[in-house]
Parts: sequence; C-alpha cells; structure tokens
Amino acid sequence: MKVTVKYFGLVAEATEKSEEVLDLNGTLTALELKVQCLNGLAIADKESVQIAVNQNLDDTITLKDGDEVALLPPFAGG
Amino acid sequence: MDKKKPKKVFVQGAIPPEKIANSVANHQSKTNIGAHSIFLGQIRADEVEGKTVTAIDYTAYEEMAEKVFHEIREAAFAKFDITCAHIYHSLGKVNVGELCLFVFTSSAHRKIAIEATNFFVEEIKAKVPVFGKEIFEDETHQWKVNK
Repeated sequence: MKVTVKYFGLVAEATEKSEEVLDLNGTLTALELKVQCLNGLAIADKESVQIAVNQNLDDTITLKDGDEVALLPPFAGG
Repeated sequence: MDKKKPKKVFVQGAIPPEKIANSVANHQSKTNIGAHSIFLGQIRADEVEGKTVTAIDYTAYEEMAEKVFHEIREAAFAKFDITCAHIYHSLGKVNVGELCLFVFTSSAHRKIAIEATNFFVEEIKAKVPVFGKEIFEDETHQWKVNK
C-alpha cells in the first residue's frame, strides 16, 4: 500500500524533505509508522512528535492505501 | 451568516495594525453588539543563551489547520453567545514587534466576548498545527514550542 507522508517544522528539517510517498508492506498502525519514520533522525524529543492520519491525531489507526499521514512537531501557533 | 462558513485564517507575513481598526469599523453597523474583545499576539525578542530572536518564520499543515480553526469556531459558537468571531494568523516571516495573531470576538455584553476570546487563543495554541522557527540575529534558529 502507498501512503503519503508529510513532514513539518523540525521534522522536515531533519528529513530534508516536505513529503514523500512510502510503499509499505503488511499491516501497520500510525504509531508504528511514526517510530519507523523517526528512527535515525536527529530529533532530541521524538515523543513530542505527533502523527495525524488524514488530518486526525490518532496514532492507533491502522493505515490503509491512499492515506495521508503527517508528522507534526510541537505546535507553536499564536 | 458568518457563523458556519469556513473562513480563511492565514495571512502571509505580519498582520498590519490597520486590519484591527478596519475590523472594528466593519462592525459598527451591527448595533446588537455591545462589546468587542481583541487579542493580539506580537513577536517577542526573546533572549536565548546570549542570542536575541529577530523574527519567527511560521509554517503550518494548512489543510488540517483550517479544519481545526473551523472546529474551534464551531465549539466557540456552541459555548458562547457571541455575535461574530474572526481569527487571523500569520504564515511566513514575522519580525519582532509585529503581529502574528489577531482574535476578534463580539457579543452583546463584555464578559462573554472576553471569555470567548480567551477560549479561542488557548484552543489555537493547543490544537492548531502551526510551527514557528525562531530566527536569531546571527541567522541561526531554534524551534518554538507553546507552553
């Protein structure tokens, strides 16, 4: 299955890209994908990164083909 | 009429002070309003380890942010008896001393408007996927985190 992964803020800085399409095998939850994506990146506090699946902040969702996933560092609006 | 329709919140760069005056002027024909409450967020020249912040460069997951702004509006209208509410947030570079957030609520009476504005600001800071790169005078940077 293919999912689009978007990166923002310090995550985009660490990956040096704003998005990519990943071809994934088997069943994966959002949390599992987050751990996989952040593994090896120079990010001090990985726990603070949230994952949104189709704009919903729920890392228990099982991913399906065509999902849009976003890795979101701590919010800083206002 | 401006209750349900999703509105464009993001503006490129700093919010000009004239926008605040114009927004007030635009509401003078709505004579059921007795109170406006305004919150303005301004970029602060924070000092970190001897370096001074000169600007914040804002980015956002825009599609999700617009959706969350809309949900916050819906929640505010359900919770408070407000006549109208407007939110503007900057994207891109905003220099210290300039405005990055403008929340404007109106109601028949002051308490409701003040509470609603506070609700908007707290919800925006907690729930909207906006990211801020604090740029120092030597061009280095750090990432802002809301407290």
